[in-house]
Amino acid sequence: MSQDPELLRRLLRAKDRMDAASHEEWPVRRLARVSGVSKAHFARSFKEAFGIPPHRYLLTRRIERAKTLLRETDLSITKIAFQTGWRSLGTFGRTFCDVTGESPGAIRAREKAAPHDPQRVPACFLRAAQRPDLTIAVSEKRRQAAVDTKGSEGKEIL
Amino acid sequence: MSQGVQVVGLYVRDQDEALAFYVEKLGFRVHTDARGGDYRWLTVQHPDQPFFQLGLFTPESPVVDTATAKTLREIVAKGAMPPLVLVVDDCRAAYERLRARGVEFTQEPVARFGSVDAGFRDPSGNGWKLIEARR
Repeated sequence: MSQDPELLRRLLRAKDRMDAASHEEWPVRRLARVSGVSKAHFARSFKEAFGIPPHRYLLTRRIERAKTLLRETDLSITKIAFQTGWRSLGTFGRTFCDVTGESPGAIRAREKAAPHDPQRVPACFLRAAQRPDLTIAVSEKRRQAAVDTKGSEGKEIL
Repeated sequence: MSQGVQVVGLYVRDQDEALAFYVEKLGFRVHTDARGGDYRWLTVQHPDQPFFQLGLFTPESPVVDTATAKTLREIVAKGAMPPLVLVVDDCRAAYERLRARGVEFTQEPVARFGSVDAGFRDPSGNGWKLIEARR
């Protein structure tokens, strides 16, 4: 489906603003204002343009940011959770696991152990590349994981 | 230098608007602005790179078909074109200067990995990184 490039440019502005301050709250009302469109129009057009609803896009940005901080700093996981926009450590840990399949602690241990050279790829591009590709809602991902677990147990019995 | 990359083109939504942006805001110079019928070959140059030209082209028929031109305009507006990097001596100073001229920044200067980088977009949606040269 095709969209008006002028609208797309304004939707991109809202996406850029989320990228620049993913720790902030971005209710649809605020994003719609950045793009100069109504709330309903914004949510629908954003998803059509970028293939993902705005709140989920923000979530992937926050997870990517948290992964970067886990890898590159010695900040505590609690500090990272709050710095990346979560209000509770529990929600952060659970969502992080659901999206990445690993706990924040496990990722930190693995990344710190692995040698890497961050200077080869400019950090800003690396970030876009490391954003989790969350093609389905986290709730759906959770549900599928639960079904898969049951499914494999069933096979073992058979 | 007599061999190497001479022109790399960007797609922009409007050549007049792009020209004003790259010349008046970023400080590039016009290298060639030539017309053949409706077609306009427009390139600009960084003052320190006399061998290299940045082409500012609009996706339009008959160079590409109408449907493709429309798709390309959408892709540019979504910021999905490849990364561009502008190297400067002092990222924070360049940021202040360009911001004062009305350049739309997407990222404030951040110090990391021994350099400082910021991000901005041209009016069409092309994303640039402003990176401080390592000394």
